[in-house]
Amino acid sequence: MTLTFIMLALVLVGAVAWCAEKYWQGSAKWLALIGLALLATVFAVFIISHTSDFTQLEVLTRVTWIKTFNIEYSIALDQLSVVLIALTWLLAIICVLVSWHEIKINVGFYYFNLLLTIAGIIGVFIAVDLFLFFFFWEVMLLPMTAIIAIWGHENRQFAALKFFIFTQVSSLLMLVAIIAFGYFHLLQTGQLSFFYLDWLKLEMPLSISQYLMLGFFIAFAVKLPSVPLHSWLPDAHTQAPTAGSVLLAGVLLKTGAYGLIRFVIFLFPQASVQFAPIAATLAVVSIVYGAKMAFAQQDFKRLVAYSSISHMGFVMLALFAFNAIAYQGAIITMIAHGLSSAALFSLAGMIYQRIHSRNLTDMGGFWQSAPRMGGFALAFAGAAFGLPGLANFIGEFFSLIGVFQVMPELAVIAAFGLIGSAIYGIVLFQSSFQGAAKQEVIDLQPRELIVCGSLLLLLLAIGLYPTLLLKFSFGA
Amino acid sequence: MNVLLASLPFYPLVSFLLLIFFGKKLSWQLAATISVSSMAIAALVSAMLLVDLSVSQHQVMTVNLWHWFDLSSESGNAEVNVRFYLDGLSAVMISVVTGVGFLIHLFAAIYMKSDANFSRFMAYMNLFIVAMLILVLADNLVLLYLGWEGVGLCSFLLIGFWYQEKANVLAARKAFIVTRIGDTSMVIGLLLLFNTFGLLNIEAVTTLAKQANELTGGQNTALGDDIYWIALLLLGGAVGKSAQLPLQTWLPDAMAGPTPVSALIHAATMVTAGVYLIARMHGIFLLAPEVMNYVAWLGALTLLLAGIAALAQTDIKRVLAYSTMSQIGYMMLALGAGAWTAGVFHLMTHAFFKALLFLTAGAVIYALHHQQNLFKMGGLLKKLPFESGLFIIGLICLMALPGTSGFFSKEAIIAQLWSSETAGPMLWWCAILGALLTSIYSCRLFFLGFLGNCRFNEKAQPDKSTLLRSALAVLALLSLFGGLIPLDLSLVFTMATQLPLVQGMEPNWLHTVAIVTPFIGILFSWFYFKSYRITSDVATKHVLPINEGRLVRFCRQGLGFDSFYNSLLVKPYQWLAQINKNDIFDQFIMLNVWYVNLWHDALILVQNGSLRWYLAAFGLAIMLLLGVSSL
Repeated sequence: MTLTFIMLALVLVGAVAWCAEKYWQGSAKWLALIGLALLATVFAVFIISHTSDFTQLEVLTRVTWIKTFNIEYSIALDQLSVVLIALTWLLAIICVLVSWHEIKINVGFYYFNLLLTIAGIIGVFIAVDLFLFFFFWEVMLLPMTAIIAIWGHENRQFAALKFFIFTQVSSLLMLVAIIAFGYFHLLQTGQLSFFYLDWLKLEMPLSISQYLMLGFFIAFAVKLPSVPLHSWLPDAHTQAPTAGSVLLAGVLLKTGAYGLIRFVIFLFPQASVQFAPIAATLAVVSIVYGAKMAFAQQDFKRLVAYSSISHMGFVMLALFAFNAIAYQGAIITMIAHGLSSAALFSLAGMIYQRIHSRNLTDMGGFWQSAPRMGGFALAFAGAAFGLPGLANFIGEFFSLIGVFQVMPELAVIAAFGLIGSAIYGIVLFQSSFQGAAKQEVIDLQPRELIVCGSLLLLLLAIGLYPTLLLKFSFGA
Repeated sequence: MNVLLASLPFYPLVSFLLLIFFGKKLSWQLAATISVSSMAIAALVSAMLLVDLSVSQHQVMTVNLWHWFDLSSESGNAEVNVRFYLDGLSAVMISVVTGVGFLIHLFAAIYMKSDANFSRFMAYMNLFIVAMLILVLADNLVLLYLGWEGVGLCSFLLIGFWYQEKANVLAARKAFIVTRIGDTSMVIGLLLLFNTFGLLNIEAVTTLAKQANELTGGQNTALGDDIYWIALLLLGGAVGKSAQLPLQTWLPDAMAGPTPVSALIHAATMVTAGVYLIARMHGIFLLAPEVMNYVAWLGALTLLLAGIAALAQTDIKRVLAYSTMSQIGYMMLALGAGAWTAGVFHLMTHAFFKALLFLTAGAVIYALHHQQNLFKMGGLLKKLPFESGLFIIGLICLMALPGTSGFFSKEAIIAQLWSSETAGPMLWWCAILGALLTSIYSCRLFFLGFLGNCRFNEKAQPDKSTLLRSALAVLALLSLFGGLIPLDLSLVFTMATQLPLVQGMEPNWLHTVAIVTPFIGILFSWFYFKSYRITSDVATKHVLPINEGRLVRFCRQGLGFDSFYNSLLVKPYQWLAQINKNDIFDQFIMLNVWYVNLWHDALILVQNGSLRWYLAAFGLAIMLLLGVSSL
């Protein structure tokens, strides 16, 4: 019940913030911040006080929703979803903090959309009825599209439309697969069911499951994203407001990875193994191609966006290695990339606030006037190129070690991504913070210091003491 | 728990954190005191550790700081810990890193006094020491890689310390990316290593490899192949960090950094990390004699190439950079020939005299108002007698004149080459030729800079502070007498001693030739570079023509490697990035948009509101339908 309450409360806080902003200007952000902090605390207390440690998927609520089709409102938690929801809370708060001065029009409605997206994301991570999952998948998509379309940068309409169409078309494939699976359940057991745990029990011949798996896979591969279905991402990330980019890169991409784990690999173990060579090849192409594309960009946010493609390639590669070490690597990479890309996008937002440009050619020599910002930029770029001691290194190292045992050739090619990431990371840092000072900027303000500092501390903590995450098995 | 060992990297770390967080508020005195004293403490602690180590029973000390992570595979659970391992080899390294590091910090604190970002500079230097200590103390390869990347990052930051100059920024970028290519090779090596042995702990891997090899009597070809590849990939990492062929191009450009950086990172410590890695992993390399042979050849070729390039340089620091490269070539040659102790010994003595040379060069450059061009120096022997004296000491060590530290270490290497299984007479001759080149370029450097006409117009203003000079003096003493430090690493390289030695096959003139070679070089230079050292001729007082022949220019630019890599790798990558800037996949997907728009436009044309069109279309359609249905 608590989780349902949390999601409803998020929507409610959003609505209250929307209304309140009309009467008291500047109240929406405070309401959103306090609401998020309180609800995050409620979630934390719920998890800690819970009797089990969520090693197994634990169904918390099961209520009939649409009786005719045997659709239920059923939610469950396991360690994977708990960790991802924790990441969502953290980044949600970061999102509010980075939007603090950036959002100037329709402020109330903005926070409503933000909180609605977060409610949708949490829903995606806990839904175990596939119809409900699809519902939350859409709930998360619509307000996100609105955030890009209304509060984005110069080319926002186009980017929002592209984002929407990509996600929508691919999720229609997933819907077809969901319905087909439900129908298959009807054929097998005589009863329609969309309940995940029912589905797990089903024995499905490979000839059918490989097509159903593909439906899910494409939807999640778009979200992840994987080459060649990635091209919505650079536009959406670049055009979205800072918080939008943080949320997109930090959590929304992770829903793709989460889907791959729960609804592709665990649901279709055989078909996934059969499909693994193709998926792993796509992942390796994403790693190398993303890194190469990142190097070609002149736009700060676009560069980081392409680097995300490269990093998420590591996640997909590791997942399709079917190896315990690689699986851990995939999950740490997910968390680490959530933190580091959120940090880089926040930084891009902070720079944009100061110089009103995202173009690297307009930047340069900021270290002179903003050394603190420079230090953080270096650390976050370091995280992106896998500097040991920061979280991303652990993730990539685990992924590579694991993948090498199964597919050594692909692991070797993926390792070349390390060179590519060093090139774009260094170019990003040097062209913005080194060189002759083009203009003076103000150094980080306390609010921004909190954002950068907390992200860096977490990256360091996971990098130096990964047991924090590795003690969980994540259902492996 | 050995607190002393565990705490070693934390002294500079604390100093780094203090300087980074309070940098702007600290006065020069305070910042200098913090950073230098942290190094002094670290050096003292290393000295105490040396004493402890020498009296301890196994000559090995370990301390576990914390559990980092587990790698669980089918073959078991491999723990990877933040754990320090101190044996004879790492003891040599920590003494060099903290000892020479302390002297360089002391020098730097005074040398960089007037820099606006003094505390940031010292912070980076401290951070570098932290990473370097972790590198040499790591008991597993992942922790070693952490230090390895850490020193790379610090090197990047310090090369680009004066980041407002475009050239420095590019030099820093080049250094980072070129070494990263080597690092990636090393990472792949780690992957293969873990796949083969299921472990990443250095000691455990070494024993395991030895056991496995003994069990199969070297007949297991799959294992032999794996070991061959592991050694080769690790060598890739080593050549990147140590600026050896084929990844040597970054080192000369790295001289863009402040001179203490060149002394600390690009001469004494970081660039020798590759040598350390190979020495540390000697257990693996001994099982792959082919790779040992490659190591020897790479070292030999690098030492010749760098020696030739050094002959043509005009910048005093670049001469020293190429000289560093060439001396590391000697170390590699030694390792490849199985002369492990000699290689490490040369690493140590080289750290002394090359740090001395760089720091003295820094003092000279400072005195000459940042003039680095040798052709604009000249006659400094009279103007800067103290610095000149120190420089002479450094140079005679570099040339390995008898009695100096360089002599002991270099002779130890050359003596083992001829009859080594993985080296041989060819490589011996390379080493001799290298020694000849060394003495020629050293003489050229000395004649150009310190003898002959003074071609420097302004007044030389040396820094006469006692602290700075005492740091130099201590280094000079170490360079002269460091060869007397007894270095017994037989407990580290236990496997190496089991190699059969082919004795009695060597001709008896080997030693004589080796000792005489530097003198031949001096004699040759004395006559060949006559014009550089003669003081005369008022007419040419302020100019000395630089040889601009094509061959000389080719050598000056490092024998064309830069332009070769530029057109082979850099340009294609940039070109590829440039032509595909708009993402070919996106172009394909946007074809859909184009297609939809096409129909949109076509259908708009149809919806034109003119009745004639509609009637015509209507009639046409009816005719078509009738035609089709009547078929």
